Amino acid sequence: MTTTTRKSPYRQGIIDGSPFILVIIPFATLFGVLATEAGLNVFETMAFSIVVIAGAAQFTALQLMQENVPTAIVLISALAVNLRMAMYSASLTPYIGAAPLWQRALCAYLTVDQSYVVGVAKFEREPDMTVNQRVRYFLGAVTPIVPLWYLFTLVGALLGAQVPDSWALDFAIPITFLAMIAPMFRTAAHVMAALVAVIVGLLAAGVPYSLGLIIAGIAGMMAGAQTEVWLERKGLKT
Amino acid sequence: MIETGTLWTIIILLGIGSFGLRFVFTGLVGERAMPDWLLRHLRYTAVAILPALVAPQVVWPAATDGVFDIPRATAAAVTLAVGLLTKNVLMAVLSGAATLYGLLYLLG
Repeated sequence: MTTTTRKSPYRQGIIDGSPFILVIIPFATLFGVLATEAGLNVFETMAFSIVVIAGAAQFTALQLMQENVPTAIVLISALAVNLRMAMYSASLTPYIGAAPLWQRALCAYLTVDQSYVVGVAKFEREPDMTVNQRVRYFLGAVTPIVPLWYLFTLVGALLGAQVPDSWALDFAIPITFLAMIAPMFRTAAHVMAALVAVIVGLLAAGVPYSLGLIIAGIAGMMAGAQTEVWLERKGLKT
Repeated sequence: MIETGTLWTIIILLGIGSFGLRFVFTGLVGERAMPDWLLRHLRYTAVAILPALVAPQVVWPAATDGVFDIPRATAAAVTLAVGLLTKNVLMAVLSGAATLYGLLYLLG
């Protein structure tokens, strides 16, 4: 793959992050539309997207605020939905933990599902990258994503309630996440991790404050780790 | 109606909290080595969390008030299958979207 190594990490990141343009546009528009429907003005809607920069957590907070849930519960629920970001942070640490503090802070602000998954897939594939190359690649991956998150929140806020339900924008997220995960199933351990996470996730869907997701994630990670140990013992791991 | 004061409290605290979650390990652990058993678990973060996040939305979509929906479930299956076969994210997204709109049109 000479083309991969010749291009600068930043440009390679842009290329690998760009399929998510298709997701971010409907997702951000949807948030803008729903926030406007909930009574937020354009400035408030934009501030929400720029300060919090977390799709699912923003949808959760918006939903609960409309139901007049106490502020503390809104915050706890939305942060619980975002707990996976702490897991992403832990997962990225071996790769970019040695970068200067300001770069780590910048990457932290820009850690979203898409940039995480693009970044970690690349870092796993190419263990020889330097820390600086990894940071530049990560910043490349968010370049087509985050500005569009801001811009299309604005578009959605301005469009307001004109977007019909029949566009089925709600399903943009499941589809893109599935598309992102599929190429990551490289070993039996990855498949096992996903299977266990899905089963536990469905069983624990009723657990309040989205904690079922965290339970399912931990169960899946344990299943993956155990399978890896087991495969190593049998000498099957490639 | 959402009160302005409440809204800004939530935006600011949620912003700080979300940043904290994202920074907690990269910021505080930094380049100190983490134990092997922890790293072994962290390798499976993405393939565990994302499917767990998606599964309930596929089986019980919010847009249909939690009722199982053939177009959405089929679109999810097609996306995953195309992704597994082609390893191409864009191709998988487009196949899934085409399936969703096609079936919504046919069955709707």
